[in-house]
Amino acid sequence: MNARILAATTGRVLRQLRHDRRTVALLVAVPAALLTLVYFMYADQPTPPGQPSTFDRVALVMLGIFPFVIMFLVTSIAMLRERTTGTLERLLTTPLGKLDLLFGYGIAFGLAATVQAAVAAGVAYWVFDLDTAGSSGLVILIAVVDAVLGVALGLLCSAFARTEFQAVQFMPVVVVPQLLLCGLFVARDQMAGWLQAVSDALPLSYAVEALQEVGAHADPTGRMWRDLTVVAGAVLLALVLAATTLRRRSG
Amino acid sequence: MDDAIAVRDLVVDRGRRRVLHGISCAVPRGAVTGLLGPSGSGKTTLMRAVVGVQVVHGGSVTVLGQPAGSAALRHRVGYLTQAPSVYADLTVRENARYFAALYGRGHAEAEQAIRDVGLASAAGQLVGNLSGGQHSRASLACALVGQPELVILDEPTVGQDPVLRADLWARFHAMAAAGTTLLVSSHVMDEAARCDRLLLIREGRLIADDSPAAVRAAAGVDDLDEAFLRLIRASEAAPAGTGEAA
Repeated sequence: MNARILAATTGRVLRQLRHDRRTVALLVAVPAALLTLVYFMYADQPTPPGQPSTFDRVALVMLGIFPFVIMFLVTSIAMLRERTTGTLERLLTTPLGKLDLLFGYGIAFGLAATVQAAVAAGVAYWVFDLDTAGSSGLVILIAVVDAVLGVALGLLCSAFARTEFQAVQFMPVVVVPQLLLCGLFVARDQMAGWLQAVSDALPLSYAVEALQEVGAHADPTGRMWRDLTVVAGAVLLALVLAATTLRRRSG
Repeated sequence: MDDAIAVRDLVVDRGRRRVLHGISCAVPRGAVTGLLGPSGSGKTTLMRAVVGVQVVHGGSVTVLGQPAGSAALRHRVGYLTQAPSVYADLTVRENARYFAALYGRGHAEAEQAIRDVGLASAAGQLVGNLSGGQHSRASLACALVGQPELVILDEPTVGQDPVLRADLWARFHAMAAAGTTLLVSSHVMDEAARCDRLLLIREGRLIADDSPAAVRAAAGVDDLDEAFLRLIRASEAAPAGTGEAA
């Protein structure tokens, strides 16, 4: 990797995003709009005694899931465009390294996700009185790492798609199982053993658990840091695997 | 070592089809070499092999003394793909600055490259809003911006108006005079006369590798179009040609 090329690539991806105002507006507004929906869905639900309200429980997890899903989609399409428009092949004839490109995307979309997560968390805390025992800063940190996980998986999956139609199909394949098994719908310890084992292998499960730790404990717990480390490890693994799918030579 | 590119017995398959059937040729330094041939003759495949993005079946390609595709060559070779490959959602200037940065060049070089391709007045426009000809010139600017020693240009003048085409060819010769090596493909024979040296390929085989004057002399006609036609006929009639030409 080369710091100058990495910075140039990050800046280029952000500039492309800046020219696409509608995408920026969607990135910032959609999570907040969906949180509003969640708030009114659960507005009249009774809160079980001694437990967080359903909105608090669901909204906290959603703050981590939205950036993951959205960044997965945005990245897989962006990378697919690099492949189909020929810019990827051209980039690979320049001094740019494969990791410069992949980390450039990771950093650029990670920055975009920071803005997105901050806005969504702001709405959740200030407008809808989200209550977490731990700090909102940790919630945003975990949300950003989730977003970068989405970016890394999107970069990896785009290698297996030749068209946009195929790329969007990876969302039900890669994202939906992680949503179903992450512990939002059914607590992980109440799942069948084999489902728990699958859930244990999926990175989003750790991200959700980290958020739940922040929700339940005033200070960051060891389990939260462990979970966050697992997610960060999954990000690095996906990026390295994505690098191996970038071939300078093709037939 | 005098040649910028040396190709030896290059065989390339794309899918199940053999695209290049053992081509050997050389491209001299500091000159404009034209790679001429009809669409589908293997020009793009040969160029991709030279920049090192093509999987080759056999033979070798040596570029500036190193195997094609070597990491060290990426600083020294500029490549213009046939379909313009720049970011449609960035301006011309943003594209040029990005590719400049990849080669360690700055904003001044980016502006120079934009001027060299005649896009100064469109520098602030999004590439996606440009005409087809401007779009491909934006792509050309990004191939030249790194000021590489060797420039591989796949049909750089297609769709350009005649005045601009003449300007671009003057630019190519100025670069060659300054020591840059250029390999320029075209399927328009009237561009052949502008080259210092010609490679003619047809159906994946090399038919001529000479200066325009020598090609004319060998065919015995003044018109290059006619000269090529005669060379093709001669190569098909020769026993050395393969059976499939018949």
